[in-house]
Amino acid sequence: MTIESSTNARCHQDVIRLEHVSFDYQDQSVIRDLNFAVQQRDFVGLIGSNGAGKSTLMRMIVGLLKPKSGRIELFGEPIEQFNGWQRIGYVPQKNSFNPLFPATVREVVQSGVYGKRNVARRIQKEDIQKCTDAMDVMRIADLASKRIGQLSGGQQQRVFLARALINNPELLILDEPTVGIDIETQHDFFQLVQHMHQHHRMTFLMVSHDMDMIESYLGQEPAQQSGKLKFFVKHSHEIENCEAVNLSHTLTVRETESL
Amino acid sequence: MIIELMTSGFFLKAFVGGVLIAVVAPLMGTFLVLRRLSMIGDTLAHVTIAGVALGFLLQVYPLAVGLIFALLASFAIERLRKAYKTYAELSIAIIMSGGVALASLFFTLGKNFNLNVTSYLFGSIYTLTDLDIYVVAVVAVIVLIVVAVFWKELFLLTFDEDAAAVSGLPVRALNIMITVLTALIISVSIKIVGALLISALLTIPVACSLLIARGFRQSIIFSVIIAEIAAIAGLLVAGVWSLAPGATIVLILITILIVTMIVRRGLKI
Repeated sequence: MTIESSTNARCHQDVIRLEHVSFDYQDQSVIRDLNFAVQQRDFVGLIGSNGAGKSTLMRMIVGLLKPKSGRIELFGEPIEQFNGWQRIGYVPQKNSFNPLFPATVREVVQSGVYGKRNVARRIQKEDIQKCTDAMDVMRIADLASKRIGQLSGGQQQRVFLARALINNPELLILDEPTVGIDIETQHDFFQLVQHMHQHHRMTFLMVSHDMDMIESYLGQEPAQQSGKLKFFVKHSHEIENCEAVNLSHTLTVRETESL
Repeated sequence: MIIELMTSGFFLKAFVGGVLIAVVAPLMGTFLVLRRLSMIGDTLAHVTIAGVALGFLLQVYPLAVGLIFALLASFAIERLRKAYKTYAELSIAIIMSGGVALASLFFTLGKNFNLNVTSYLFGSIYTLTDLDIYVVAVVAVIVLIVVAVFWKELFLLTFDEDAAAVSGLPVRALNIMITVLTALIISVSIKIVGALLISALLTIPVACSLLIARGFRQSIIFSVIIAEIAAIAGLLVAGVWSLAPGATIVLILITILIVTMIVRRGLKI
């Protein structure tokens, strides 16, 4: 949890690194002098009460907010210079879109490949294939032409997960992914995420309000506490093999169906 | 009677202009409505009117001055939105009243010029010039090309601005692009549809298609079809009975909206 760098760069390279990060919101200190590092294949669960700065922290890590002071690094690069956003998958809060929005499941998943590198270019065949694969993996292929607002909360979450996975990200950031979803579906979703963590070379950062689910996977003791933020961590060495499969579409339909 | 109307030069101009506007207005309107910027059309239209009036006073092509005003207003709105972050509607209220104030000032100054105010407020099919139609056509082509080229980016920006920013899209530039295109459409539309009514052509077709469309592409296609029906029917009615085309188009749009709501409830879509 400390920020000294690890010797085993292959397995334990810092994916996210925060040094002395502070953030004020209208003169009120939300985050004060936060030091934290997420290493490759870690699963980090972040818990905190409302106003603890969870969302602020997430928004700083994905570059939507600038810290008041301190330094943020992604994959070893200062965030200001970081350019590999396709290495990061981001699942927003479920209620961040309007249910009336006219977008089909396919249109939403497909939007995962839209970025800086293909501005003003036509969608390539391989991107369409990536989209189909991601929908297959998340078992939402049969919903492809449905309006996203008509889906259940759990299905919507799979759509956003499919969108986040479409580029085979190395880091998956989930911002309270299960808010407003029934307990059973929450449980299924968490199982799926755990499964992905154990079998694929991916690092996870998940904000959650669900203590039980975080504790059941990440243990009861927070690895670090900063203000009202609690970080729970499962390190890569705690899961079987650090050199696990590369996630270039190894997340097959069969695997997720076994859940 | 309709054949007589269709072969008359002035009506043909209005017809071509109306058909073109009914393609691009709901197209741009979709992005505005879904980004909760429905009122921006109204605001820009009111400011455009001030520009048109000034154009008459200065004896310059009025639509050009209107366009400049609309562009200036769109940048002013962006600035004010930043200054009042959480009360962004304030910017719209301020610019709209500013526009109306300027317009009424110019209109009173220009009394002697025999300025036909109502034709700019509610639209008219009798005052269109060939130049007006060329300008509408050029704007329509520009809007269609830009939207086709940036289709992916505009979708992501509209669906999830945060995700667009995270994936490195130039969010600010795209936002400005949307406002500029909107300003273009509005300033060329007010002669046909009228400043007070142009925002209806931006928003009501979208309101209808939101009720029935499943996807984004489908929603845009539906809204354009609905706008075309209203524009063509509205212009014919206005031509036959010498009514303000803006009024007939908007009332037909509202009728379509009501019918859509009733049918949808009946079918429980």
